[in-house]
This record gives sequence, structure tokens and C-alpha cells, in this order.
Amino acid sequence: MTSPETSTAPERTLGEPLLVVEGLCVNYGRIEAIRNVGFQVPERGIATLIGANGAGKTTTLKTISGLRPVRAGRILFEGEDITKVPSHKLVQRGICQSPEGRGVFPGMTVEENLDMGAYSRKDRRTGAIREDRDRVFTLFPRLLERRSQFAGTMSGGEQQMLAIGRALMSRPKLILLDEPSMGLAPKLIQQIFTIIREINAQGTTVLLVEQNAMQALRTADVAYVLETGEVVREGTGAALAEDDSIKAAYLGGDV
Amino acid sequence: MSLATFLDLTLSGLVVGAIYALFALGYTLVYGVLRLINFAHSEVFMWGSFAAVWLMMAMGARSGMSIPAAIGFLLLALIAAMAVSGAIALVVEKVAYSRLRHKNAPPLVALISAIGASFVLAEIMGLRDKIAGWVGLDGVLAPYVARARDTTSFPNPLPNVTLFEVADFPVRSNQLIVLFAALIMMVALDQFVRRSRLGRGVRAVSQDPEAAALMGINRDRVIQLTFLLGGLMAGAAALLYLMHIGVTRFNVGFILGIKAFTAAVLGGIGNIRGALLGGLTLGLAENYGSLIFGTEWKDVVAFCLLIVVLLFRPTGLLGESLGKARA
Repeated sequence: MTSPETSTAPERTLGEPLLVVEGLCVNYGRIEAIRNVGFQVPERGIATLIGANGAGKTTTLKTISGLRPVRAGRILFEGEDITKVPSHKLVQRGICQSPEGRGVFPGMTVEENLDMGAYSRKDRRTGAIREDRDRVFTLFPRLLERRSQFAGTMSGGEQQMLAIGRALMSRPKLILLDEPSMGLAPKLIQQIFTIIREINAQGTTVLLVEQNAMQALRTADVAYVLETGEVVREGTGAALAEDDSIKAAYLGGDV
Repeated sequence: MSLATFLDLTLSGLVVGAIYALFALGYTLVYGVLRLINFAHSEVFMWGSFAAVWLMMAMGARSGMSIPAAIGFLLLALIAAMAVSGAIALVVEKVAYSRLRHKNAPPLVALISAIGASFVLAEIMGLRDKIAGWVGLDGVLAPYVARARDTTSFPNPLPNVTLFEVADFPVRSNQLIVLFAALIMMVALDQFVRRSRLGRGVRAVSQDPEAAALMGINRDRVIQLTFLLGGLMAGAAALLYLMHIGVTRFNVGFILGIKAFTAAVLGGIGNIRGALLGGLTLGLAENYGSLIFGTEWKDVVAFCLLIVVLLFRPTGLLGESLGKARA
């Protein structure tokens, strides 16, 4: 593993949009959860969706992952329409989500959870899986210490790391991260964003959903602001981080 | 009470308990992935028992055969019972559950559908003489379909010999075969679910269905697999039951199914090892209860035990799969 010389401003050239979301509408029963949401994630880039609780960020990610039915709109990945592809087939295409909060398998050990991430891989019988597991342990040394512990008995932050590590085990082209900093101590939050940049520097495209808006904007190449189910602002992460109205609405002086 | 009586009750309690446990696995596995009680599972067991009886009749099994031939016959009957039970379980999943699930029907609808499937399967067996009559096969099939509502006995070709005696209590071969066969099947299933890739898929779906889908696990395939595994175990339980009790009937699944379900709940539904513990506990409790209060109180003791255990441990003896009591 080669670590980037500069983790704050990595030398990357962003490619064509890897993921394109157009006019996405999702309902929960009769209630509109998201309405006409559109955004793009450039290949090798980091995109972020920020917004308050209940703005529709998690719904958007779950819909991309095929866990929620689409009422209207399209989702394109590598130029192909994946709107109706069932969730269990998306991993093989290269999309993997790290779910919010306690989305790990509580009755499995850390190692078993990581192996579940490689469930759909064709190269299961080669040594590649063990190499990738070691790579996850390098990113998250805490998981190595707890490799034989049941995931359900770990702290929220550790479960969060495990969920990210498990998603990486599928070797995704695009990783969807749902609130990776949730429930973490401030010191760990810094660390998790450094890790996200590192994952990205190694070639994985990232779509990041965050309530921790300042950190997310500083990390992202492109950013979209969701408000009650709609995209209300978009721009580069740096530009939005400097925007006064964004600061007032979402940053509230934290971090 | 003599020591011999005590040993007798203990061993037969363990034997019956092991059969309950094997039967209970189908309830517990399906509950694990669907959070649903498959009430048609009792009929999956019953059909397996008839598959074994019919195959034995067709092959002309009788006592006095050579031991190797008798063992061969029993193994074939085991395969037949497992195959028929597994197939019926898959049909139940396809007909009674799969469509409802894809239409997001509320769980109560699936429950009623399962009870309906249970009645249909039991009555088809109980009316098999009539059904054979409609298609004009009642003459040819007479030995298999006549007196459809009566008990049918299992021609067990293996002699039930006394292996050894403990304190004047004779330990018989059939009991030990049934007990060990049941334990071996359960250990095999436990290891399959724990170690194999498909088994890990089953565990993943039962612990977190959404996360499992994100890992690329096809939930429908996993559900079918759990019905199949439960059916195979029920088929094996059916043959062992026949070896132990000797008869079956179209409605044999009803009370036995409730007992097996009780074993699953007692041990902690959703938990494979819980089913084993629950089954053995229930079998022993029934037998010891009948010793203290009389045989006719056996079922009362069993269900009182269930209620008492659940009052103190609502999730059963071994609880639900670790730290995950999903609403």
C-alpha cells in the first residue's frame, strides 16, 4: 500500500461521471421522501450529500443500492441504467454501501463480517481476500485488535469502521458511505475522514452522506445540499464550505 | 421408583426430545430469516413419514431380513423421507409465501396462508383413498391408500435388540440409533450454517436482511434454502419417529408440530443450538412429569414448563441470535 504524499490535496484527475442520478423520486407510502433529486459522482472523485436529519440523504443512498423502490427518475452507473437492478446484484457491478449506524452482522465476529463483504467475489479461493482483509486491518488497526469479537458487542464507532471495512472487502468501484462519522468522538472523526481520503486515493470513488457538513465539504470534490427531499445547492466542496448561507444553515460553528 | 424406571424415562425422553429438536429446526430456521412461523411445517414432517412407510411397503420390508439389507432399506427410507419433505417444504414456500412476500403482504396474511396450507396438505393425505378413486387407481394403490384416516404402521426391518443393561434396564438398539442419528444430523446442520458460504448467507439474512442484500446475498434464494434445510431435517425426524413410535397418520403432524414448535421457542427461536436444547429439555420434562403426575399429565407439564421458562426468559433458554431482537 502506498500512502499519498499529500492527503489534503491528492493529485487525482477526475474522470467522467461514474454515477448519474436523474430526477429521482421515492415515496414512503403516500409521503414523498425525496423529490426530483439529481446529482453526479465523478470517477475517482469524492461527492457528498449534506443536509439536516430527515432531508432524504439515507433514502437517496438506499435507493441507489436498490433497497427502496423508485417512483420516478433514473440511476446510471458506468453509463448503464441500474434503476431496476436488485440490490444483491449491484455488488458484482462494483457498488457497495456501508450502511448507517449498526448495519453490521451483530452475531458474527469482525473477521466473519469482513468475509461477508467478499461474499459475491469470484476470486474467493485465492489469497486476494486475505490481502484485502489485511489492507482493512491496516486502515483500521482497531478492527485487528477485535478480530474475533462479536460485532454486536462493539462500540458504535467500531461498528462504523467495520461497516466501512466490510464494504471495501467487495473491492467496489464506488463506495457509498452513510454517516461514517456518526457516533464517533471528535478525534476519531478526523481519523475517519483521513481514511476516506486514503480509500479514495487508492482509486475508489466515494459518495459520502454526512451531517458533519464542514468535514464533508472539506473532503469532497463536489457537494450537494439536500433540504426536505430536494437538492437546493450544488458546487465544489471548497466553494460550499466558504458559502455564508451554507455556514449559517449547516455548519453552526461546529468543528 | 426404581433406578431402571428412571433410566428408561431418561433415555426415552432424550430420544423423543432429539426428534422434537430435529423437527424444530424447520421452525427456527424459517423464523430466523422471515420472522414468521411456518405452520405448514408439521405437514412437511407428516408427508415425509408416509414417504418412508410407502417406500418400505413397496420394497417389501419385513422383520427377519439380514442386518445389512435392513440397514440399506432404512437408509433408502431416510433418503425418501428427506427428499419428499424437502420438496413439500419448497412447494409450501413457493405457493403459500413467496407471492405474498413479493406483494408486501402483512405478516398475519402469511400466517393464515400457512395454516391453510397445513390443512390442505393434511387433508390430501387423509383423503388419499378418495383421490386415488377419482383417477381410478384405488385398486392398484389399495395397500397405500386404503383406510386413509387410520394409523399406518411402519414395517421396520431392523430388529430391536438389547445391547446392554444398566441396573437391570435394557438399552435397546433402536433408541440409540435414533438418538445418535438425530444428534449427527443436527451437528451437520449446525456446521453447515456456521461454516459454509451458503450457511453464512442464511445467518447474514437472519441478522440483518438489508445489510445482507448490500453484500450481494439474494434473499429469495436464502429463504428457499432455509425451507429446504428445514424440510430435509423434518424428513429425517419423520423416519426416526417411525423407528421409535412405529406408526403414522394423516394428522400426526398436528400435536407433534406444536411440540416441536414449543421446543424451538423454549430453546430460543431463531437459534439452532437452542432447538436442540429445547427439544431435549421438553422430552425429558414430559417423561419426568408423567412419572410424577401420571402419563395423562404429560402435555400439561410440557406446556407449563414452557410458560414458566418464558416468564423468566422471554427469548427462550439460549435467546435470539446475539443482541438482535428485531421488532
